[in-house]
Amino acid sequence: MTKAPADFQMVETTQGVALALIGDWTAEGLQRLPETFVRTLKGRTVVAIDTDKLGRMDTAGALVLTQSGVARALLEAPDQRPDLRRLAVLAQSPSPVPPPTTQQIHGLYRLLVGLGHGVVLAAQQMLANLVFYGHLIVAIGRMLRAPRRFRPAAVVSQMQRAGLDAMPIVMGTNFFVGVTIAFLGAGLLKQFGASIFTVDLVGVGVLREFAVLITAVILAGRSASSFAAEIGAMRMNQEVDAMQVMGVDPFDALVIPRFFGLIAMTPLLTFAGMMAGVLGGVMISWVTLDLSPALFLGRMSAQVDIRHFWLGIGKSPVMAMVIAAIGCRQGMEVGGDVEQLGRRVTQAVVQALFAIIIIDAVFALIYMELNL
Amino acid sequence: MSADLAPDASSAPALEVIGLQTRFGTHVVHDNLNLSVRRGEVLGLVGASGSGKSVLFNTILGLLNPTAGDVRLLGERAGADGEARREAVKSRIGVLFQGGALFSALSVRDNVAAPLREHTGLSSAMMARLADAKIALVGLEAYAGDLFPADLSGGMRKRVGLARALALDPELLFLDEPTAGLDPISAAAFDNLILELKAALDLTVVMITHDLDSLYAITDRVAVIAEKHIVACAPVAELETSNHPWIQAYFHGPRGRAAERAATSALKGAR
Repeated sequence: MTKAPADFQMVETTQGVALALIGDWTAEGLQRLPETFVRTLKGRTVVAIDTDKLGRMDTAGALVLTQSGVARALLEAPDQRPDLRRLAVLAQSPSPVPPPTTQQIHGLYRLLVGLGHGVVLAAQQMLANLVFYGHLIVAIGRMLRAPRRFRPAAVVSQMQRAGLDAMPIVMGTNFFVGVTIAFLGAGLLKQFGASIFTVDLVGVGVLREFAVLITAVILAGRSASSFAAEIGAMRMNQEVDAMQVMGVDPFDALVIPRFFGLIAMTPLLTFAGMMAGVLGGVMISWVTLDLSPALFLGRMSAQVDIRHFWLGIGKSPVMAMVIAAIGCRQGMEVGGDVEQLGRRVTQAVVQALFAIIIIDAVFALIYMELNL
Repeated sequence: MSADLAPDASSAPALEVIGLQTRFGTHVVHDNLNLSVRRGEVLGLVGASGSGKSVLFNTILGLLNPTAGDVRLLGERAGADGEARREAVKSRIGVLFQGGALFSALSVRDNVAAPLREHTGLSSAMMARLADAKIALVGLEAYAGDLFPADLSGGMRKRVGLARALALDPELLFLDEPTAGLDPISAAAFDNLILELKAALDLTVVMITHDLDSLYAITDRVAVIAEKHIVACAPVAELETSNHPWIQAYFHGPRGRAAERAATSALKGAR
């Protein structure tokens, strides 16, 4: 279909203007003509309207004519094209009322209002988190009283998906963290002729701090998001409602298996991460310091106290609890639309990462006070 | 039908499906399916659940590629003549998906304005005004423009979806179960709306529906999918006399009879 751009011509007469419409007055043909048209015709009366050169017209064109007050001339003309008449009538049907404009606020005041909203929102989030933990504790207590509520199959399935399937990525990441520590340590300590201390650095660093932290970060990205997305999608699909109607508590069926699944697997993943990290250290020491693996491990078992291992692995169940709880809570909060699901998943990851770092700092403080 | 709406004999059919075959792996959904929709008519598409109505719908819209056969939209062969012409056809058809398929991140007004933004060079003020006009056209209050899809009821969602489908004044309108999930009063209102818009905007309408009341009330012809192709395509009155077993069961089941009674009594009332 050929398209002719919309245009118009005016002839001034003593009674008013005679208007000729040209081309296709359609949404696609109009471009920026409406503004010009309305401006030009402002304050003029149209006495005659010529549509001989007019191509097609759709509601967009009709709307422009109505808004500039020309449509009446189109309706009153006796020998008008029936489609134009129909469109003119259509566009004249009650014109939409402009919506009430919301009060605009500006400047510093707006900044303060935004800040206030943010603070309230953060407080609400904290409160909602606490409410969720309360719920969770009640659900766990209920389960202890009636162990029949426990769903071993669901827990094992979660252990596989959140735990075993994460093994390669957790080990890979920790390996490279071990490599990096060993590289930096070897380079720095060589200057003091103390390159053998690389072993201590890798041992303490990986066992006490990095393995658990890196593993938790990966789980926050991997499991917190998938928990939020899975449960959120089920909420959108009304699956959670269906469960409740059937008398199945969503906490029992959805939250607790994920919670315990992750608590069971995180220490194991952390252990695997430790092994991978130490392996990274061993490899680099072997290559750059010519320190044989046997020598490395011998020195490590002699110099690095076993308590560093326990301190590290002791943090991992706490990390798991926080990750699982935050992921599940964000999932349960999803209602309505897809956009919200995306927002909740993002929030789950961000909150979980934030919580992990805070918890790690708190642990460091506690361990220090206990002289561990 | 008034004289100016009569199908133009010289122009190509609004929609033509020729020898269509669709296959998923070894599962043949359609085989040698032919369908032709005249300009200016309302065609209903019925078939048992799983008979491939949605697959046909998606194939016509170009969301699925047929294994064999041709789909011609408004005389243009889909897919064959390059992107540009295909895109040009896209601005001449409108689609209402079953759930409305509204963009959840956009307000109702922006949803309706979305096709305008893509296909026209209008100013944003003009687009907003035109979107408001379409929102009014489908019978929604002006304040609806500022709402978001999540705030809407099922019926409102469909109306907004229809407003969006009509944004560019398409010549051909596809409706996927437009009245499914609506209460009978809203469904009847929606049927009337479609009839009014069809008359006002000179539309050709293709609708999938299971609503027998809609079939009796607004379709000019009904195409029946069964046994992998269109077994019949005729006005409802003619289909009633068909001796195809599925069509028999469809129109002479308890629901079909009730809808027929309602339609005939409405006709008598009109006289």
